Amino acid sequence: MAQRKKLGILFSGGKDSTLAAFLAKKLGYEIGCLITIVSQNPESYMFHTPSIERVKEQANVMGIPLVVVKTKGEKEEELDDLEKAIKKAIEDYGIEGIVSGAVESVYQASRIQRICNKLGIECFNPLWQKDQLELLEDLIREKFEVIVTGVFAEGLDEKWLGRNVDKGFIDDISKLKEKFGISISGEGGEFESLVLNCPLFDRGLKIVGFKDYGEGNSLRREVELG
Amino acid sequence: MKKVLLINICKEKLAYFEFVKPIEDILKKNKIKYVVKDYKEVSGKDLDGKSNVIICGTTIFDNEFLEEVSRFNWLLDFPGKVLGICGGMHVIGLIFGGKLDKKTEVGYYDEKFEEEFLGLTDNCEVYHLHNNYIDFNTLKEFMVFVDNKVSQAVRHKKREIYGVLFHPEVRQKELIRVFCSL
Repeated sequence: MAQRKKLGILFSGGKDSTLAAFLAKKLGYEIGCLITIVSQNPESYMFHTPSIERVKEQANVMGIPLVVVKTKGEKEEELDDLEKAIKKAIEDYGIEGIVSGAVESVYQASRIQRICNKLGIECFNPLWQKDQLELLEDLIREKFEVIVTGVFAEGLDEKWLGRNVDKGFIDDISKLKEKFGISISGEGGEFESLVLNCPLFDRGLKIVGFKDYGEGNSLRREVELG
Repeated sequence: MKKVLLINICKEKLAYFEFVKPIEDILKKNKIKYVVKDYKEVSGKDLDGKSNVIICGTTIFDNEFLEEVSRFNWLLDFPGKVLGICGGMHVIGLIFGGKLDKKTEVGYYDEKFEEEFLGLTDNCEVYHLHNNYIDFNTLKEFMVFVDNKVSQAVRHKKREIYGVLFHPEVRQKELIRVFCSL
């Protein structure tokens, strides 16, 4: 039997990267570590920002080591920081490839691909081009508990912050898709999410506090987990 | 009813989701029936009655299929239509006597189609993800439609065998539907 490949998950704590990690594990790959880039720029083109510090608690309940690198989040400089993080994951955990939760963003996926190509490791994007409704339904079927931690589009307001991604969410956001043309899975950056529980976690995480920032249709929620 | 054969060349299980499933989704959306087979398991029975075959691509380093390219010798006398995508195009080139060369292209590129190719004309944005290519100008049986120094889209002169170096399952999805309608 072929040896299981050891992979690093490019991890934001949101639904896509966690679902990608879940798929890798389900297919028998070994998850060597999670790799998180903490961007100080909330407008980052590459990296998810709301509640990003919560990845520590998520890594803890997954029992998987976490590599964290901070970046100022300036457009191309953040790619150097991503490369540093991947190099560290190769050195410290012997990973042979990266898994990302990229779905549609060629900007994001091609930059990750180029770094992996340069470092001579595989890059897998198991959600690539995935139908948005299918992605949300997969999360529900696999019993992911996901909440919204940021909204950044017309039609999405403070009432959506903290909302669970469930059947009702799909129904409501599908109506907004009809009205405003937004992506129901947030692929255009319309919303960001945080996974509180999924089959990779030993136990679910609970929100013990939160603070909201921003106004109107541009809001993010920083949560405290217990 | 027509059934398309999708050939999976991915050794890595995760790569299937990136290089085969998006093509399945395009076929499903267009109500085209299909079956997926691993390249190691393709037999004469699988090819019988299939008018259209797509050889899908895989990740940049997932190249085990190149070591076993003789498994695709059926291409030499298969009577149906074939579309090779990226790694699948490499397979076609190697079977017809081409040589693999190095060229890395990752991301969006504009390619100019002087003549219509599976529905593509003029300037088209395509998505590339490869470290290798084959110079089809060296293969007299093939016409090269786009040759931006690297053969990007080719067709056999006498048979309906097509190859694209780019990934139409990411940009230019219509090309897959057009090929399946031939």
